[in-house]
Amino acid sequence: MDLTFHPETDFKLLLAVPLIPLCGYIIQIFLGRFLPRKGDWVVTTGMFATMCITVYMFAKALNHQMGGGGHGGEHEAETAVLSFFHESKDIGFSWNWLYNAPEILQSPELAAKMQNLTVGLLYDGLGSAMLAVVGIVSFFVHLFSMGYMKGDHRYHIFFANISLFTVAMLSLILSDNILFLFIFWEVMGLMSYLLIGHFSHDPKSHRITHAAAACKKAFLTTRIGDCCLLIGFMMFFYNYGTFGFHELWAFTTEDVAANGWQAWHHTAGLFLFGGTVGKSAQFPLHIWLPDAMEGPTPVSAMIHAATMVAAGVFLLGRVYPMLSPEVLTVVTATGALTAIFAATIGMTVYDIKGVLAYSTISQLGFMVAAIGTGGLGLVAGLFHMVTHAFFKACLFLSAGSVIHGCHHEQDMRKMGGLRRKMPITFICMLVCTLAIAGMPMFSGFYSKDKIVQSTMMANELAPSWATAFAGLALPLAASLTAFYMFRLIIMTFFGKPKDQHVHDHAHESPLPMTIALTALAFLGMFGGQFWLANMDIMGSHATWFETLVGYDAHHGLSVFEGMYPGITLQNTYLGVESAAALTKVGADAHHSALILSLTVAGLGILVAFMAYQWKVRAFSPEKFTSTIAPIYRTVLNKYYIDEFVNKTFIRLSMVVAYVFKWFDETIIDGIVNTVGRLNRILGTIMAWFDKTFVDGLVNLVGALSNGFGAALRLIQTGRIQQYVSFAVAGGLATVAWLLLF
Amino acid sequence: MGLGAYIAVSAILFTLGLVTIAARRNILYVLFGIEMILNAANINFVAFNRFNGDGMDGRMFAIFVIILAAAEAAVALAIVLNVYQLFSTTKPSDVDLLRE
Repeated sequence: MDLTFHPETDFKLLLAVPLIPLCGYIIQIFLGRFLPRKGDWVVTTGMFATMCITVYMFAKALNHQMGGGGHGGEHEAETAVLSFFHESKDIGFSWNWLYNAPEILQSPELAAKMQNLTVGLLYDGLGSAMLAVVGIVSFFVHLFSMGYMKGDHRYHIFFANISLFTVAMLSLILSDNILFLFIFWEVMGLMSYLLIGHFSHDPKSHRITHAAAACKKAFLTTRIGDCCLLIGFMMFFYNYGTFGFHELWAFTTEDVAANGWQAWHHTAGLFLFGGTVGKSAQFPLHIWLPDAMEGPTPVSAMIHAATMVAAGVFLLGRVYPMLSPEVLTVVTATGALTAIFAATIGMTVYDIKGVLAYSTISQLGFMVAAIGTGGLGLVAGLFHMVTHAFFKACLFLSAGSVIHGCHHEQDMRKMGGLRRKMPITFICMLVCTLAIAGMPMFSGFYSKDKIVQSTMMANELAPSWATAFAGLALPLAASLTAFYMFRLIIMTFFGKPKDQHVHDHAHESPLPMTIALTALAFLGMFGGQFWLANMDIMGSHATWFETLVGYDAHHGLSVFEGMYPGITLQNTYLGVESAAALTKVGADAHHSALILSLTVAGLGILVAFMAYQWKVRAFSPEKFTSTIAPIYRTVLNKYYIDEFVNKTFIRLSMVVAYVFKWFDETIIDGIVNTVGRLNRILGTIMAWFDKTFVDGLVNLVGALSNGFGAALRLIQTGRIQQYVSFAVAGGLATVAWLLLF
Repeated sequence: MGLGAYIAVSAILFTLGLVTIAARRNILYVLFGIEMILNAANINFVAFNRFNGDGMDGRMFAIFVIILAAAEAAVALAIVLNVYQLFSTTKPSDVDLLRE
C-alpha cells in the first residue's frame, strides 16, 4: 500500500472525513423514517467509510513520522506531516472569510503580522491519532446502537443525532483555527444535549423523565466552560490578531521569548482552561457527567470516549504552547484533585454506569494533570486520552450489553454471576478493566505509567505544590481505580446471582453488539503497545504516539515536531540545562514509575478481591464503611457538591431571575400599561370628538335634506286640480311680476 | 263690434274653463273645462284672423284645434273610463296616485 502523502488527493480524503457522515445526517434527518430499517444502515455505512479513511490517513501519518516518507532525510520526515498540510492549505482549501480589523489591534507591528483570516485543515500528529480514534470508536458505537436501540420510538432521530455528534468532533479535530474549533465545540454541546435528552419523554406515560433535567444540566454546566473558552481565545485574538493555531503558537512563543509571560497571558490561559474544565468534566464543573448517564448507553460511550470529554483534553493539547507555567500549575492541581476525588466517589456508587461515569472523570483528571506537568506529561496525557477512548468505549458498551441483557437493570447489587450467561461481554469487559486498572500488556498501562513518570519528572525538574500534590494523588487514584473497577467486575460477573429473576432472564447480546465489543476490547488491549511504532519489540522505548507527535526524550530536550513544528516551547522544562540531564531524570523516573504503578494497581485489585470475592473479614466493606460512617456518607452523597450548587448558584440565579421577573412585571409592564392607559384616554377623547362633530356634520346634511323633502312633500298631493291651481297661481304671479316691475 | 268684445268673450270663457277644471267635483266636468279653454283659444284665433290678418291662417288653426280637441277627448274619455274602473269614482280629488 502506498503510504506517502499526495497533497491534492489526501486533502480531499480528509475533507471527506466529516462530510460523509454529514451527508448521512442530512439523509437520515429528512428521509430516515421512510427508509427500510429506519435508515440506520445509511449513517453506519457512512461511518464505516469515514473510519477506513481515518485509519488509512493515520497509517500515512505514522509512516511519515517514522521516516518512511518520500521526503528523504530524517529531519524532514519528522516534520513532513505538518509541512505537507501547510502546503495543502494553499492547494486545496483556503477561504478568506474575514478581513483585518486594524482598529482592534494595539500596534502597527501586530497589524503587519496579522494575516488574512483563513480556514483550512490542520492534520498533525495529535490530530491524526485523535481522528482515527474518533472514527473507529464512532463506527463501533453506531454498530452497537443498531442492536441496543432496537425498538426505540425515535430510532431514526437517534442515528441522525449521533452522526452529527461525530461530524462535530471530526471537524473540531481538523479545524486549523480556534474559532472553528469553538463552533464545532458548540455544535457538539448541542448534540450532547439532544442525545442525553433522548429519553426525555416517555412515550407510554407521556411524562417528562429525569433525562430532561439531565440534558439541561449538561448543557448549562458546559456552557459556563464555553463562555470561558470564548473569552480566552478572544483575548488572544485581541492581542495577536489571529485565530490560527500555528500563528497563535508562533506569536505567543516569540512574544514570551522577548518579553516574558505577561499578566494577560495568565488570565487568558485560565479562561482557555475553563473551556476544558466544562467540557472534560473537571472539578468543579464535573457535575453534569454523572447525570448524563440518563442518555442511552451508546451515547454515554460516545461522550466518555470519542467526543465531548475528549474534546476538552484535545483543546489543551492544541493550546498548550499558549499556557503559562502558572496556568499549567492550576491545570495540574485541578486534574489531580479531580482524579482522586472522582475515584473516591466511584468506590461508593452502585449504578453500573455511574461507576464508569466517575471513572471517566477520574481518568480525565489524570490526563489534565499530566498535561499540566508538561513535556512528557503532555504526551502521556494525550496518549492516555487515546487509549482511554478505546477501553472506556468498550467498558460502556459492555455495561450497555449487561443492561440490555438484564432488561434495563442498572443496579449492580441485583447482578452477579453473569459471566456464564454473557461470556463475550464478560471477557471484553475484563480486558478493558485490566487496561483501565493499568495491568502490563494492556493499553492503559503504557499511558498511565507515562503519566506517573511525568509527574515524577516534573517533581524533579520543576517542583511546585501542584506537582507534589499530583505526585501523591495520581498513584493513589490509580490504586482506587483498580479497586473500584474490580469491584464492578466482581459484583456484576462473579459470585452468586443476587436477584434470581434478573439472572434467569439475562442473555448474551445480539451479534452487532458483540462484534463492536470484541473489536474495541482488542483495541483496548493492543492500542497502547509501544512496538506498534516500529515493529521492533525490544528495540525502542517510545510508544507509537510519542513517535507520532515527534517527542523523543532520549535524543534531546523535548520537542514536538509532530505537534508544534518550529515552535520553541516557553513553558516546558525551562530549568533543564542539557539533553543528557533530562534523559537521566527521565530514565530514573521511568523505573520508579514502573514499580509504583504496578504496585498500586496490584494493591487495588488485591483489595477488591479480598473485600468482594473472598470476603476477608478485615476487608469487609460494610465494616469499613461503618467505621468511617460520616466520611462514607459524604462520599456517597458525592461530597454534597450537587446540593451545594443547588443551594448557591441555582438558588442565586433563581433569586436574580425572580428579581428580574418582579422588575419585568412591575416596572416594564407598568410602563407598558401606562402607555396603554394613556392611549385609551386619548382614544376616548378622539371618539367623543368623532361622534359629536364629524358625525354631527354628516347627520346635519342628512337632516337638512330630510327637512326639505318633508316640506316639499306637502305640495305633492297627487291631485291634478291642485296642480292646476298652482300652475294658474304661478302664471298669475309671473304676470303680476312682469306688470308691476 | 270691435276686437275687444271678442277677446272679452274669449277671456270670460277661458276663466270659466279654468275654474271648471280647478273646482268641479266630477272628472267629466274637468274635460268640459278643457274644451271651454280650447274654444276660448279658437275664438281668439278667429277674431285675430278677422281683424288683423289677411289670409286664412287663424281659421285653419281653429279647425286644427277642433280636430285635436276631438282626438284629445277620445283619449281623455278612455283614461276616465280606466280611472273609473281602478278607483270606482269620478272625483278627481280621490285620484292621487301621482303622489306616489
